Amino acid sequence: MSLERFISDAISPWMKKEGPESDIVLSSRVRLARNLQQYVFPIVADKTSAHEVISSISSFINTERDVAGAGHLEMLVMEQLKPIEKRVLVEKHLISPNLAEKAKYGAVLLNQDESISIMLNEEDHIRIQCLATGFQLKEVLHKANVIDDFIESHTDYAFDEKRGYLTSCPTNVGTGLRASVMMHLPALVLTKKISRIIPAINQLGLAVRGIYGEGTEAQGNIFQISNQMTLGKSEEDIIEDLAGVVMQVIQQERAARKQLQEGLKLQLEDKLYRSLGTLENSRIIQSKEAAKCLSDVRLGIDLEILPGISKTILNELMILTQPGFLQQYAGVVLTPEERDIRRATLIRERIKLENR
Amino acid sequence: MNCEECHEREASLHFTKIINGEKTEFHICEHCAKEKGEFLPGSNSFSIHQLLSGLLHGDGHVPNTPSSNFIPPSLACEKCGMSYYQFAKIGRFGCDHCYKAFESKLNPIFKRVHGGNTVHAGKIPLRAGNSIQEKRQLQQLKQAMQQYILNEEFEKAAETRDEIRKIEQRLQQGRDT
Repeated sequence: MSLERFISDAISPWMKKEGPESDIVLSSRVRLARNLQQYVFPIVADKTSAHEVISSISSFINTERDVAGAGHLEMLVMEQLKPIEKRVLVEKHLISPNLAEKAKYGAVLLNQDESISIMLNEEDHIRIQCLATGFQLKEVLHKANVIDDFIESHTDYAFDEKRGYLTSCPTNVGTGLRASVMMHLPALVLTKKISRIIPAINQLGLAVRGIYGEGTEAQGNIFQISNQMTLGKSEEDIIEDLAGVVMQVIQQERAARKQLQEGLKLQLEDKLYRSLGTLENSRIIQSKEAAKCLSDVRLGIDLEILPGISKTILNELMILTQPGFLQQYAGVVLTPEERDIRRATLIRERIKLENR
Repeated sequence: MNCEECHEREASLHFTKIINGEKTEFHICEHCAKEKGEFLPGSNSFSIHQLLSGLLHGDGHVPNTPSSNFIPPSLACEKCGMSYYQFAKIGRFGCDHCYKAFESKLNPIFKRVHGGNTVHAGKIPLRAGNSIQEKRQLQQLKQAMQQYILNEEFEKAAETRDEIRKIEQRLQQGRDT
């Protein structure tokens, strides 16, 4: 398969659209956790019960040609997928590692452009996830709500007047809502302002983490900011509070970028060009170094220092250079050392596709 | 320090996560990190679970009175069979009824996790929700009426009272049919 074809198949269609504030906010996501009232939660469910959950939901979703305006949803059953296929779904953020590895009768429903994924029998019976590029929290919440209403019109949710939507984990009870944005914050990292911003965000009841790995040391300067509290606030208030903080972080990042460009222009250019050189020339590259260089190149694109490279290169290559995708492209299982070689090759070839 | 995955090799990667001021740490060796695939995106379940089970055991964080601290070993959910001790250990409810079975123990946990909140204020399912929505509205109206009385705005208070009566009648009829 040609690289161009591989990339176009590998990248979810929704990712190819450009969203608002997309120089800093890469994507927005909303997840709603729901359970069916009739069945025990997946963590204690036996095979029969888990199976019934799937068949009861698929009975009204599989027959529907247009689910709440989202088109037809295709169901993938985890047990019928190869390990590498599951891994690729995880790397595309369409399913969780937990669903891929541990779920009994786990399944996922996906729409055509992969902006909607509904996990079944994960930690909760139903996890509705909606994604969009850029800063579009309100839009994704609306989309998730419409699907939620559709499912609810066919079945009874586990809901309590006092506690709200009942979930398996106490951290999700109430709204069952987790909203998050992925932000590219290279200038705040370079100017070391990030170390003061993260604790401030945590103080507000929001979590900040690096998307590729635990902890706050983010690979590729990509950070995920999400709400922690799900109980006691309305969905709209949760989204609004998160959006307010995200807006402030965007302004801080823009200010830091300006500061770098004005004060350290030559040093900045040197750094960004070196990173591009590394990506264009290396023969072996580990994911951490690749992520760092890709982040630099993306910053260079946003600041118009590195012209003629498409903006989506960071998002694309951060996904494609993960172990699952590298192995899918290679068609064989690779050792970590082999992956580092493949990763370097794939990045070089991808950059060559740019008409510069 | 030994790796928390294999418990054999020295941990060389250290992760710290802070949520609502709660700090959790995770230590792992390079080999296991590679095994896990250079860290799968979003694999953060260990920390929430660790945080919770610490919380549920009341390790000094949760203000418990001596009487509420005692949990009879027999405390269990009738629907799914999960005991309170199991729940505290894994940090997950087994079914919707667990919320009722462990009701008396939950407020301190929810307060801690959800910034002091214990009561849902968000979306209500459409099918089950009409009467719940009206009850919520009723509560708000009653509060408003009290305020009007305190402010000596008796005309407004009377209007609100009439509104309350209407809703109460509707709720009553709903129950009869």
